[in-house]
Amino acid sequence: MIPTVVLPVIVGGLYAAGVYLLLDRSLTRVLLGFLLLGNATNVLILSAGGVAGLAPILPVDDVGDINDPLPQALVLTAIVITFGISAFVLAMIYRSWRLVRDEVVQDDAEDLRVATREEVDADERDPEDMPLADRGPGDGFTVEREPLAGEVVPPSDDVDLELARAEAAENESAEARAAGDPGRTPPGGRPVDRREEH
Amino acid sequence: MEDLIRVLTPLPVLLPLLGAAGALLVGRHPRTQRVLSIVVLSGVLAVSVALLVLADDQGATSVSVGGWPVPLGIVLVVDRLSALMLVVANTVTLGVLVFAVGQGMADGEETDTPLSIFHPTYLVLVAGVSNAFLAGDLFNLYVGFEVLLAASYVLLTLGGTAGRIRAGITYVVVSLMSSLVFLAAIALVYAATGTVNMAQLAVRLGELPAGTQLLLQSMLLVAFGIKAAVFPLSAWLPDSYPTAPAPVTAVFAGLLTKVGVYAIIRTNTLLFPDGALDDVLLWAALATMVIGILGAVAQTDIKRMLSFTLVSHIGYMVFGIALGTTAGLAGAVFYVVHHIAIQTTLFLATGLVERRGGTTNTEKLGGLAKASPLLAILFFVPAMNLAGIPPLSGFIGKLGLIEAGVALGGAGPYVLVGGAVLTSLLTLVAVARVWGRAFWRPRAVDTAEEDLEAIRPAAGTSATTAQLQENRLPRLMVAATAGFVVVTLALTVFGGVLYGVADRAAVDLVDRTPYLESVFGLQVIR
Repeated sequence: MIPTVVLPVIVGGLYAAGVYLLLDRSLTRVLLGFLLLGNATNVLILSAGGVAGLAPILPVDDVGDINDPLPQALVLTAIVITFGISAFVLAMIYRSWRLVRDEVVQDDAEDLRVATREEVDADERDPEDMPLADRGPGDGFTVEREPLAGEVVPPSDDVDLELARAEAAENESAEARAAGDPGRTPPGGRPVDRREEH
Repeated sequence: MEDLIRVLTPLPVLLPLLGAAGALLVGRHPRTQRVLSIVVLSGVLAVSVALLVLADDQGATSVSVGGWPVPLGIVLVVDRLSALMLVVANTVTLGVLVFAVGQGMADGEETDTPLSIFHPTYLVLVAGVSNAFLAGDLFNLYVGFEVLLAASYVLLTLGGTAGRIRAGITYVVVSLMSSLVFLAAIALVYAATGTVNMAQLAVRLGELPAGTQLLLQSMLLVAFGIKAAVFPLSAWLPDSYPTAPAPVTAVFAGLLTKVGVYAIIRTNTLLFPDGALDDVLLWAALATMVIGILGAVAQTDIKRMLSFTLVSHIGYMVFGIALGTTAGLAGAVFYVVHHIAIQTTLFLATGLVERRGGTTNTEKLGGLAKASPLLAILFFVPAMNLAGIPPLSGFIGKLGLIEAGVALGGAGPYVLVGGAVLTSLLTLVAVARVWGRAFWRPRAVDTAEEDLEAIRPAAGTSATTAQLQENRLPRLMVAATAGFVVVTLALTVFGGVLYGVADRAAVDLVDRTPYLESVFGLQVIR
């Protein structure tokens, strides 16, 4: 018995075609690629059993003349598994078609969002670098509230004096406007104290 | 005693499979199905604990399934490592099942985990995981992998929504690829040695030329590396896990990657003890740790952040395996146990966050510590444990690995030790950010109302019941999560006992003879 070159060539060809199809975005091609790869692997297992063309395990005349039955058993198991999984993939492709009218691999929306979002999140920026209007709802430690009528708010220690003055001016003008139009919420984005009741 | 262990060994595979059949039969009766699944998994857990006690007492034992003599038939092997993995895996699956039952009962029939399908599939998954841990035969290991993967395909795409189908396709295609690489490796191993029995392979593979050994080992490591999500084979994981229902993500994150890690441990200790690829694994471990955690820091979604930390911390286990010493393997085994429990707990707690806050996006969450202090504790404790704050079990595991690395010495291990410390620190950054945003900061009230409107339907639960219950957390789900937190704390309290078992398991792994003798008896068949 001479080892045959046919099986290795078939295995190689099937692997090449299978990998090519698997790299496609179209799911049907991916499935076809998977089927080719599965078959390539099955042939590979079969060829691992030794040279082709020997007799099956029965009748046993000479142990050297029979084919190794174990790879055939392995291939049977592998075929059944591949078959079941293919059916599942096919159902999934159909479901994908029903849902999005398309059978290509979709992009992950969250991936894209993370990739394109700002480098620094709003709540990571130093609040002092931000315009007053953009400051977030607080730093989590100090309780902020609107100054009561007639209350003088001293500039806090950790604020630049210049900023504090700007803030005071802002508050003043806000109060003036609020006095003129009681229904309006003060501009400037300072959070209203609805948090307390939450 | 010898007989008892032989009777018990096949049960972790048999019981869930029979249970799955039973659960399918009673699919119309949700209550019976719940009781059946919980009883079956409790039984499996009891069997696993018994196996661990017996295996720790008397070493490895093997069972020839169907009575076929050893090199011909399939063998199941229980040694300290597989028994320990069985106990942890079944503790986790039972706990997650209770959580899922709590979720199912709270949501009624209109749930995103349809009970009639969920329970049988879940039991099949458990059977596959147990089979992978017990397999004493490379092809049986493949079958175990396929069983658990087929079940995981169904669980991941449960309900068939657009997002899950999209994620499921990535997951299925990548898993298929790894299975085919594994199968091709089996074919080549068989062609080279004429056997798939692992104990026999341990002897015969050593006689092959070094080049052939290297090829076979690298094929097996690639196949298992995809399943374990080792960089650069890890990109599929953060894409596919977060979309599944909370209990499914929790059990996947905890268990499935660790089955891959278990297979890598077996490959590197039993089949290829020469350590030819240890250097490659060492650098892969470093890349997994650092790149994984950098991905985690960038995320704003809790589930995705946790998926990236999952990838990152696989690096710790690979680090221990790549060291190849007894201390390194003991550290890796301990870390596997710790990480299975901790990652599952965190995902379950995140499931509760999703229920309470309506989303897992940290940009929209806030004020949860005030709204639900219990939930805050349930998230905080495992989060600190993941980051490795002393004296929790994460710290014990990391310390063990770092000590093993320093003990081995050399440039590579020292760089890895540095990487491990950096990763631990960045993990703390990642979880602290989530904690700060979702729990600690006050809720942004200006947008609260419109957010609630926008979030409710997206939460996946039926909006009406969720609104009626005011997002109150079902007791059973909280109880299951709290149970997990207690388990993770128990891993800390009983860390010494556990580390002892891990140590003895590692000694067995490096020695190899207990495994070989358990399969062949005293004479080793070549």
